[in-house]
Amino acid sequence: MSAPTFLRRPNRVLSVYAILFLAALYFPILLIPLFSFNTSIYVRFPLEGFTTEWFGQLWDRQPMWDSLWASFKVGVPVSILSTTLGVLAARSIARDRVPGRSAVVTFIMLPLVIPTLIFGVALLALLSRLGVPLSLYTVAFGHLIVCLPFAVATLLPRFEGFDRSLEQASADLGEDGWWTFWRVTFPLVMPGIVASLLLTFTISFDEFIMAFFLSGNETTLPIYLWTQLRFPQEFPSVLALGSLIILFSLPLILIGMWISRLGLHEDTTKEAKT
Amino acid sequence: MTQTSSIDPQLTSRPTRTSGRIARFLRRNEGLHSYLLMSPTLIILTIGVIIPCLILLVISFWTRAGIGFDTMPSLANYARGVNEPMFGILLGRSFKISGIATIATIAICYPMAYFVAFHVHRNKMLWLILITLPFWISYLLRVFAWKVILGFEGVINSSLLWLGWIEAPLEFLLYSPTGVIITLTHAWAAFAILPLYVSLEKIDKSLLVAATDLGDGPVARFFRITLPLSMPGVIAASFLIFIPTTGDYITPALLGGPDGMMIGNLIQAQFGAINNWPMGATLAIILMLWIAAVAVAFLYLTRLAQARIA
Repeated sequence: MSAPTFLRRPNRVLSVYAILFLAALYFPILLIPLFSFNTSIYVRFPLEGFTTEWFGQLWDRQPMWDSLWASFKVGVPVSILSTTLGVLAARSIARDRVPGRSAVVTFIMLPLVIPTLIFGVALLALLSRLGVPLSLYTVAFGHLIVCLPFAVATLLPRFEGFDRSLEQASADLGEDGWWTFWRVTFPLVMPGIVASLLLTFTISFDEFIMAFFLSGNETTLPIYLWTQLRFPQEFPSVLALGSLIILFSLPLILIGMWISRLGLHEDTTKEAKT
Repeated sequence: MTQTSSIDPQLTSRPTRTSGRIARFLRRNEGLHSYLLMSPTLIILTIGVIIPCLILLVISFWTRAGIGFDTMPSLANYARGVNEPMFGILLGRSFKISGIATIATIAICYPMAYFVAFHVHRNKMLWLILITLPFWISYLLRVFAWKVILGFEGVINSSLLWLGWIEAPLEFLLYSPTGVIITLTHAWAAFAILPLYVSLEKIDKSLLVAATDLGDGPVARFFRITLPLSMPGVIAASFLIFIPTTGDYITPALLGGPDGMMIGNLIQAQFGAINNWPMGATLAIILMLWIAAVAVAFLYLTRLAQARIA
């Protein structure tokens, strides 16, 4: 069915608006790499000159490397764990005969909406009552809570757009549950798994509030960034670090978003994002 | 699946003998099986969300005594929360800032979502990725970018001075509620687009055709068909922005200054510098109760409005 003509007609005003919208969306973010190459320690126009000095300064900072390493130590296990749990949860939620399905989905998605600050202080209260010392483990636990809804939201459309007759065929051909999962289900939902791994890693890598409340002596990269933000003379190095973080996370996000939508029907993509 | 998997277990090639009976039982009870698979996630969320919130609730009834807590339940913190004007002012300001940011975000995002839903016919996915991409970039960095833009010697002021359009830097930009509202609007725009887009995309195009056939112009068509049918998206987007932003900490901390401080900063301070955890817990509980109240009232009002229109 072809759309009626008035829907096909391009709308110039809206097209211009869309371009302006995207420009406004990206402009603030692009300033960070722009100013990171500026010679002046003041972040202002006009630009003074080109330098890579700030990146060089950053290279020599041990605390930066330590916090970067800490971020990886948290982010990699968190992304693997949240994706694994997300696969199990999404697989069972996608089954149509689960009682209380919508209640479960709401519960899992809760950390997406409620301010992280509240979960942060609540977890802090729990950990201190239990006498658990703050460390990267507690940060990772906090990140797991933040990442789980994203993992489930990324994986759910994969399982929902899944042709279950393939699993039935596998069962009919004599495979048991685990082998069916490994040989049929897993390859089919693989794009969702990769996307979930990349996106949850990015979330953990950039997460600030949970790390702010739950860090012990070792801190993650966003916390290091935060401590540097207090000193205006450190702005150039913050800009340099920010540029590197954006440069590093952009491909992860792009690949993650691209494959999470690949091969999905439009309908299922929409469902997952609401 | 339940029907087909009742196949004779002897035929299955790799059955684990010991767990065979359990597996068969689970296959027959699909609901139980599903819950078993979900259980690790649900347990972690219970430990990480429900129990901590219950503890927060308990602590909110305690009081600070020296460096420890007086665990005798009392309503002292709640009384303070109600009686001391500072708390009410910060709470009111948080709701005001978030409310304005929410309205601004939806007003700005709606045309964009409309454009992608109705006027983009090829590469829709590319557009959606382009719009939502910034949401995944570090929140801290996006807020920092606005500090750079709005600062006393920032991008806007230095540019305007350089161009000679202003004599002295504009002071209302940084360390003010205005700066916080601008930043929140920008930071959450990518998040608001999706529910708006989904509700617009779902609209049955034949309704628009029918309206046109019956003599509605583009404006009447928009207000009589498109806007009412996209209201679920508007409501969803309002919740998705309003609730998290009321408890935001980073933006007011970096850009708010004393006049732009929000309730989240005070809660953090109670757990940090002020070191009065029970009071912080009370404020967190009060914030959640208010969010719930506002959400219920908002839902009720929109139901009422929809019922009146219908």
